[in-house]
Amino acid sequence: MSEAKMNLSPKKKFPYKLKIEPRLNNPSGWFSSMLSFLAVVLALLVGAGIIAMAGGEPWRAYAHIARSSFGSVGVFSDTMVKAIPLMLTGLACTIAFRMRLWNIGAEGQFFIGAWGASLVILAPILPEETPKWIFISVMAIVGMAMGAIYGFVPGFLKAKFNVNEIISTLMLNYIAVEWNNYFIYAKWSEGGFQMTKVFPKNAWLPRLADYAKEIPQFRGLTMHFGLVFAIIAAVVVWLILYKSQWGYEIRLIGDNPKAAEYAGIPIARNIILVMSLSGALAGLAGMSEITGVVHRLQGHISPGYGFTAIIIAWLAKLNPFAVLLVSVLFGALILAGREIQPSGVPTMIQGVIMVFLIASDFFMRYRIYFARRKESKS
Amino acid sequence: MMDQDNRTQECEKNEVCMRGIVKHFPGVLANDHIDFDLRAGEVHALLGENGAGKSTLMNVLAGLYRQDEGVILVNGREVKFNSPRDAIAAGIGMVHQHFMLVPSQSVTENILLGMDEPRFRLNLPYYEAKIAQMAAEFGLHVDPKAKIWQLSVGEQQRVELLKMLYRGAGILIMDEPTAVLAPKEIDDLFNTLRSMTDKGKSIIFISHKLHEVMAISDRVTVLRKGKVTSAGIRIEDTSRTELANLMVGREVIFRIDKKEQEPGDVILSVNNIHAENNKGLNALNGVTLNVRAGEIVGLAGVAGNGQRELADVITGLRKATEGQIIIAGEDITNTPPKVGIRKGVSHIPEDRTHVGTAPNLSVTDNVIMKNYTDEPIGKGWMVNDDAALKYARELKAAFDIIVPTVNTSVRLLSGGNLQKVILAREISKQPELLIAMQPTRGLDVGAIEGVQRLLLLQREAGSAVLLVSEELEELLSLSDRIYVIYEGEIMGEIADGDMEKIGLMMTGMRMEDIRLQGEKSNE
Repeated sequence: MSEAKMNLSPKKKFPYKLKIEPRLNNPSGWFSSMLSFLAVVLALLVGAGIIAMAGGEPWRAYAHIARSSFGSVGVFSDTMVKAIPLMLTGLACTIAFRMRLWNIGAEGQFFIGAWGASLVILAPILPEETPKWIFISVMAIVGMAMGAIYGFVPGFLKAKFNVNEIISTLMLNYIAVEWNNYFIYAKWSEGGFQMTKVFPKNAWLPRLADYAKEIPQFRGLTMHFGLVFAIIAAVVVWLILYKSQWGYEIRLIGDNPKAAEYAGIPIARNIILVMSLSGALAGLAGMSEITGVVHRLQGHISPGYGFTAIIIAWLAKLNPFAVLLVSVLFGALILAGREIQPSGVPTMIQGVIMVFLIASDFFMRYRIYFARRKESKS
Repeated sequence: MMDQDNRTQECEKNEVCMRGIVKHFPGVLANDHIDFDLRAGEVHALLGENGAGKSTLMNVLAGLYRQDEGVILVNGREVKFNSPRDAIAAGIGMVHQHFMLVPSQSVTENILLGMDEPRFRLNLPYYEAKIAQMAAEFGLHVDPKAKIWQLSVGEQQRVELLKMLYRGAGILIMDEPTAVLAPKEIDDLFNTLRSMTDKGKSIIFISHKLHEVMAISDRVTVLRKGKVTSAGIRIEDTSRTELANLMVGREVIFRIDKKEQEPGDVILSVNNIHAENNKGLNALNGVTLNVRAGEIVGLAGVAGNGQRELADVITGLRKATEGQIIIAGEDITNTPPKVGIRKGVSHIPEDRTHVGTAPNLSVTDNVIMKNYTDEPIGKGWMVNDDAALKYARELKAAFDIIVPTVNTSVRLLSGGNLQKVILAREISKQPELLIAMQPTRGLDVGAIEGVQRLLLLQREAGSAVLLVSEELEELLSLSDRIYVIYEGEIMGEIADGDMEKIGLMMTGMRMEDIRLQGEKSNE
């Protein structure tokens, strides 16, 4: 009668047993960050093992990666340059995913945003001698507007005709890239090269290096004003999602559209609005990339920022500020990828980190602890 | 020691014998040393309020949970289940409240799912014939070729039963099987259960509906707050009142005190409404009715005769193809739900989890669903978190919602508490018109009483209440007038509570025809 308990090894009576229980309340914020941190540390340890097995020297490899992305102010600034478009596209995904709108089209919206910004110079909408701040604001607005239109289209199709947004946004990505190609090959091509002419200096986003005269430490730093866009965007997205009535509607629709409809919330209108906002943020990312980094419209302006953004939004658990931090991490890995390219190590580490972070989600939902076995009565 | 041995011996004769079952959940002792026996060929009811531990105990028996303490004997042999598969292998099958079927697949495919046979070639005709034969044997009428989505809830339940029978289950656990069924389907189910016990199957019937327990079971075990209050008493030796007492631990008043009062102006008037159901078929064919302030109007009818569609049309969730909905003098036909909500229409939906609440959001987020834009919770474009929390805490106290904090997700709430959340939201702002769909369905006796009292309070406060229910007793005791709906048409209106006439109209006879018949028989 007393042996009813389930033991892993009935003979050995270890006085404690492992218990797993679902959590009844959401764990606190610091727990979640702690968990993600530990997951990254563990992932790096596993990665070290793999590098060692492949005959490499893990600590030297890591040191090299760290040096090449965080080692000095210079490379950290480069890391941030990679992180900025990830932040903005990550925020674009975050707001859409909150409503369970699977916007896979941040990549396309990024390209169209870049195209919209170029339009201001190359159409031209503004003359080349326009003052810098007018140039930048108009380019940001047009870039966002174009991205918003590009998000509006799948949003409208979903709201009116229930077209699956995963398919439509994914397909629109290809159209966006080809649309850009048409302009850089045919319309705006400079001397037959697949790129436009360099934008006038007035249309460049300010970089830290621009202030090197006043502050010598900024010499050669490429980090640009896009970071300010990203931080403002994160605050705005946070305010919308967690403080506003609209954010409440978004969360309610995301959790149970039928309940939202029953509560009198117009779902179709919200689908269109959220998709447009999502597109606008991705468009802003495109604008900031071409005006802050490449200074012209060309092909290959994105190594898949819009797709990495999907993963970033998930790893950040759809928290806008966490999106900023995770983007820095991914920016570092993209940068390191160029440094140790032949070995493919950073890609492997990216993968391992991702697996660990996703697996760590288990601890958010379950509580695991050791409990003393009860003395069995006979 | 002697006593224990005797009990063990007695235990071994039974089909199932559970002794000293203890099951903890975080913060709750769901089962506290429960003993339970099931004899061969009987229907044994397991009665108790929501959260009394019935489902937990049965989930332990069906291998879904593992007990912290205690033993289970099946046919005299001790068993340890690691999964439902083990339980099925031991002949124990459970039919859950929420069916576990694949909607796009056929009945046969669903039944074969997860079986070792057939291996490579899916010889469907062979298995279809086999299942049809089994269905006929037990009186479970269902077409083995039909796809699950085409079936009614009652038919789906039969598929679940067939699934268990096909796996050779001799012991069937039915978790509140009648909660989803129409009265006619309940009769069918009871006949089926009888034919199964005649063939030697044993059945555990989980319920909190006293009249059903009295009607179907041979013995009954009553649980209250995780403990057994009465073990295996024979149904002949007990009464409804006694069981109710054992269940809730206090005298339940079955009579309801309703104050006499004159109704006021017409608040809701439905004129010749036509509408389609989700499949595009006509569900409402010219419904006309009205509800005045300060009265409860009942809508009686067998489930699926257009009640849900009518509630949807009134609340703006479904388009009317013809006709008018007028609320307090204003035509709101085919306007968005928001218009009705602004006019003071509250709606207790039939489907609490899929329509009434957002499961992963907190209690707070769920109670502010309809007033998040109003002061003080809505502040400009923002939601005032403090005001929302305060409001939620007030409602939690006023409606006695049992939940650790108002930040808890509502998916963790029991059925009764979930209904309290919805009621709190819908009633607290004193609606002009309250559409209550099956407000007491699936609730325990104590909770039913609470809900009914709240509805009467609304009536006294001057709300117009349209009560849709399949419980005739409830309709009769609460309503001032009763309309009867049949196939999307109103058969007639009853003000004197004549149950016989209601019964006739529910089967499709019109008031005029009943009168004519009456006159004829008088001649």
